[in-house]
Amino acid sequence: MSTVSLHENERKSSSQAENLLEIQNLKTYYPVKGGFFKRTIGNVKAVDNLSFEIRRGETLGLVGESGCGKSTAGRTILRLLKPTDGKILFDGKDITKISGKSLRDIRKDMQMVFQDPYASLNPMQMVGDIIAEPIYNFSKKANAELKKEVMDLLDKVGLSQDAYYQYAHEFSGGQRQRIGIARSLALRPKLIIADEPVSALDVSVQSQVLNLLKDLQQEFELTFLFIAHDLSVVKHMSDRIGVMYLGNMVEMADKNLLYVKPLHPYTQALISAIPSPDPRLKKERMILRGDVPSPINPPAGCPFHPRCPMAREECTKTKPLLKEVKPSHRVACHLY
Amino acid sequence: MNPEKTRIKEVPLLDVRNLETAFDIDGTDYNAVDDVSFQVKPRQIVGIVGESGCGKSVMSLSIMQLLPKGIGKVKSGQIVFDGINLEKMSESQINKLRGNDVSMIFQEPMTSLNPVFTIGYQLQEVFFNHTIISRRNARLRSIALLKSVGISRPEKIVDEYPHQLSGGMRQRVMIAIAIACQPKLLIADEPTTALDVTVQAQILELLKGIQEVNDMSIILITHDLGVVAEMCDEVIVMYAGKIVERTDVDRLFHNPKHPYTTLLLGAIPKMDEQEDRLNSIQGIVPSLINMPQVGCRFANRCPKAMPECTTITPLLENVEQGHEVACLLFDTSKPKEEMR
Repeated sequence: MSTVSLHENERKSSSQAENLLEIQNLKTYYPVKGGFFKRTIGNVKAVDNLSFEIRRGETLGLVGESGCGKSTAGRTILRLLKPTDGKILFDGKDITKISGKSLRDIRKDMQMVFQDPYASLNPMQMVGDIIAEPIYNFSKKANAELKKEVMDLLDKVGLSQDAYYQYAHEFSGGQRQRIGIARSLALRPKLIIADEPVSALDVSVQSQVLNLLKDLQQEFELTFLFIAHDLSVVKHMSDRIGVMYLGNMVEMADKNLLYVKPLHPYTQALISAIPSPDPRLKKERMILRGDVPSPINPPAGCPFHPRCPMAREECTKTKPLLKEVKPSHRVACHLY
Repeated sequence: MNPEKTRIKEVPLLDVRNLETAFDIDGTDYNAVDDVSFQVKPRQIVGIVGESGCGKSVMSLSIMQLLPKGIGKVKSGQIVFDGINLEKMSESQINKLRGNDVSMIFQEPMTSLNPVFTIGYQLQEVFFNHTIISRRNARLRSIALLKSVGISRPEKIVDEYPHQLSGGMRQRVMIAIAIACQPKLLIADEPTTALDVTVQAQILELLKGIQEVNDMSIILITHDLGVVAEMCDEVIVMYAGKIVERTDVDRLFHNPKHPYTTLLLGAIPKMDEQEDRLNSIQGIVPSLINMPQVGCRFANRCPKAMPECTTITPLLENVEQGHEVACLLFDTSKPKEEMR
């Protein structure tokens, strides 16, 4: 375990800056090609002017409905997608434009856990090789040492050491997700981006995986960006939560502030739409009409105004900016 | 839970008795649904909950007689719908019933509509199959139906194709198709699982509205206990092909008896409480092939398991009026050795 403690020392020395990750006005557009010469005829504004920061050791939850750009945001931060505009500062370093070796180096420090445990593991590789691959990629370690490290990781995520020689298809969904988590931990990263890590799992298994993630966070002093659509899961996991709608951050606050007193009408609707597991609780529900508009043609003004019960004329014209209305509570709405 | 609702008519609309559905894996039959009995009364919403692989979908397919031919079959038991034994009916008789008296909505609104036909065509198909109707009237009725499920500009949508609609809209179309002939029973298999919460709220509201207007019964299959609490009158909890608990929704959430139900309820992250760790259930559901033949199927994951749990199969029994549990902890009578 000498590698771990060594890493911890490093981390302590470099923890002067409070924010591990800072995103400034990030934009990621997907071009829409069409016409005779396949010219770009428009853009899907998947992430549009997103700014937030993640502090060291905290979990930031990112929620929103499908198509709101939360996954795109995660992938852009990892530089798996090319940002159209804006800045990504990781550990005090601007990584928006880096490439080649410096990008490869930074990838050691940020890893990802994917949504689909069935698709994110190579069916042709032994689990041991799947987990060892990142280590193998970045360091020249002897086979025995590599194997010991993988065994340690299997232990940490609650799998038996026999798993080393098995293949992904031999495991259940929850166990596969554990393999994915072990792989993401292999390089002892600073930041883990978990993109819907439990949405494919059953409730009882989901709680196992969530508990595991929390334990590992403590043990390895990890910082999480936790992306999910399930608000109760996000609340359980996060310290702070950002709510996204159509590529924009509409509200961001400490989790208790957000759930007890949501300010943005969209957040209010989202929270009231969650079915509560208590039949005696008959709550007044705020049901939104219509669907999320297409991000190719987002509505002018506030992106939420066509579905907003409190929309005013101002909302159709100018886009509200994310501003701090209360301590550690930011909201993008003209009402505040 | 509305007490008037159940008092009106006590004759069950659907009566499933000792249903066993088996799948043929390499020449051996494995029971995916094992000795399941329950009833659905008119105008009742019955929820069936359980984790993946617990047999809830297989049960709904058994009721609809839609099991994959040659692989899955109803081995024994009876499914009595409105006084008719479905097991004794011929294929053509079943076809008359399906879509007319019993219909079903599926989980995936993306794949359960045919991509090469217009919405209108797929709706009218139901009318042509079950009623004598002119083309013109069928079209008009489809438009009215689309309107009733809350689709705006239905005159346009009838001529559109499924890919032009969003997930929520497609699920509305599926519901429209399912209720076209005003069935007495609607089986909804995870109708909102693929949808976002705000759209889910819309669809659940719609289903409840239709249920009240059309006086139909709904079997709602889901893994989301929140949806159950919101929608159902009665709940059946399934584990590994068997019913472990059956009661009304209030008692299930406030006085759960079976350890599995209790753990399942504890595993959901609560919105209004702060908890550091979630309760989880250790281990995983045994696979169909490794299912214990004797004893409680939950025994190996159960924190309250006793030695006899692996040797005696618990039967689903009343612990109080209207609350059935299959667990030896609540077995009032002398435990009976059950041979399979």
